[in-house]
Amino acid sequence: MSTANMSRAERRQARRIRRFDNPWLNPKLIWGASLLFSIMIIGIVGRFLWDLDLVFTGSSPLKLPPLGFENLRGQPGVIAHPIGTDGGGRDMLAMVIIGAPNTLFVGLLASLIGMSIGIFLGFSAGFLGGRIDDTIRVGADVMITIPPLLILVVFQSAFGDVTLTMMALLIAGFVWQSPTRLIRAQVLSMKQSGYVQMAQLSGASTTHIMFREMMPNLVPYLFGSFIASVTTSIVTAVGLEVLGLGPQRIPTLGRTIYEAINAGALIQNLWWWWGIPTLLLGVIFIGLLLINLGLDEVSNPRLRRLS
Amino acid sequence: MSRIPRDYLINRLVTLVLTVLIAATIIWIIPRLSPVDPAEIALGRMAAGAGSVANSEEILAQLRANMGIDQPLIVQYLKYISGALVFDFGLSTAAFPTPVSTLILNALPWTMGLMILSLLITFFIGNLLGALMVWERSPKLVKVAIPAAMVFTSIPPILSGLLLMWIFAAKLQWFPLTGAYSIFVEPGWTWDFVTSVLHHGFLPALSIVVVTFGFWALGMRGLMITVQGEDYVKLAEAKGLRPRYILYRYMIRNAILPQITAFALKIGLLIAGQVLVERIFAYNGMGKLLYDAILNQDFPVIQGVSYVIILITALSVFLVDLLYPFIDPRIRHEANT
Repeated sequence: MSTANMSRAERRQARRIRRFDNPWLNPKLIWGASLLFSIMIIGIVGRFLWDLDLVFTGSSPLKLPPLGFENLRGQPGVIAHPIGTDGGGRDMLAMVIIGAPNTLFVGLLASLIGMSIGIFLGFSAGFLGGRIDDTIRVGADVMITIPPLLILVVFQSAFGDVTLTMMALLIAGFVWQSPTRLIRAQVLSMKQSGYVQMAQLSGASTTHIMFREMMPNLVPYLFGSFIASVTTSIVTAVGLEVLGLGPQRIPTLGRTIYEAINAGALIQNLWWWWGIPTLLLGVIFIGLLLINLGLDEVSNPRLRRLS
Repeated sequence: MSRIPRDYLINRLVTLVLTVLIAATIIWIIPRLSPVDPAEIALGRMAAGAGSVANSEEILAQLRANMGIDQPLIVQYLKYISGALVFDFGLSTAAFPTPVSTLILNALPWTMGLMILSLLITFFIGNLLGALMVWERSPKLVKVAIPAAMVFTSIPPILSGLLLMWIFAAKLQWFPLTGAYSIFVEPGWTWDFVTSVLHHGFLPALSIVVVTFGFWALGMRGLMITVQGEDYVKLAEAKGLRPRYILYRYMIRNAILPQITAFALKIGLLIAGQVLVERIFAYNGMGKLLYDAILNQDFPVIQGVSYVIILITALSVFLVDLLYPFIDPRIRHEANT
């Protein structure tokens, strides 16, 4: 083997090692983030470039296929509705531009609130211990076994229509348990670790220990837990929407699927009606999964490999 | 039972009872906070059936008395809780006068059958594949193919269900589109009925399996990486045991234990996912019952179905917690766990 080859291989090796010096720059994390980012870009840029009035029922011809396809009546797709229209005469593109960010919004808002509750409760339980710890632990244990979907089904069928924010708030009531448990466990184990005991011995205040000593070490776990909550929240939201609950007048991806199933879109071969929201949801979930896998590599160096 | 300390058992029992009680209470409180009056809905249904209703005030009062919602709240609550203990949720308002418990009893076997079947398949496949991903001797193909398949794991079963339904039921017509058995077969223990049930159940089960096995595979992969470096594995290798034997008896046997706990935490989401799959396949289980009840605003059925599903979830978690010390003899539950 020539020396030039060797040095090239060595350089590549060195580059890989350098890349892994910063675990946050791993390909899974970047890919996942860009998938989610592209959904948001569709939502933001689309608002400026596309006529959003087309999202109203009857604003467009019915059941037109996407460009380049033909529906069962032999109509070809038209440029005015590039990804087709649904059975109610709504433009799918306008629906996607409004609906996809709505779905992400519910997920993010619900988990932001859920995480905040979880961080607060987890720290309190782990740090204060005693009666408070018992109450929080039993509360989290109890709530974690209750599937959010069913309670929310009862709630929404009793109250009828809700807004997007309201739905996010309701879901937030069911995504705080896992972060609470996770943070409590981490705080408990950290309390025994050398650097925290050192800080305690040197007379650091409780808030200093919590936020300056422990918090930085929890960041990868917090992110991982956050992404997991986003997934759970979106799954729950889509579940409600597919059961015909959730916001009734605001386009969301789940509601579009619900309407498509009810209109028999599967039998009528209107694949774009249910297929496009399904595909977008798939992209969202895959993006979240990739981010989660990437974060796993950040927090668990054993998973990192040089290949 | 000697492995389970009394304190641990009591602790788990208290959690179980609390879970069911809190869930039942939430389910009971929510409709009472709502401005919607079930008696008016029932009256509306009557009016829609008969065209008009005379003496509507008296009928409303009678309906309220029948539903028991004219009594003080505490009496209603106690009645509800004692009813829930014996699975008495009153009568369905949409399928009046069928008791809710009858409707649930008819739907439950379908849901449980589908659930247990798909769970066993995913648990087996998922853990095996996860282990093979880490194992040094597994074929190259496995290591490439599984991460690719893993991408689907984040997708909820309802989306995979739609996709499979379209490809295999609507397009290729290999499988029926909806239902749990063909309408042309008489239910019973006949060959025709059983094949019909299997034929109808295949797609719903498959749509759950394809998206859930990856969860187990991912978890197993992480655990196997930890187990891989352990001394007892090195020793087993040094002793010259067959690699396959080491994989099954040393590595998987040890790595699988936390997976069983993960199972307990995941079961609620799995059941909720299955409810949705049943809804899109119009499978005769709890999901369809729930969906029909939502459409008809049939509160007793919604309450009953939610309660039973939460009860099943809580019971499964309880059982896993109790069985765990038997599966993993290293666990000794202390009084404060």
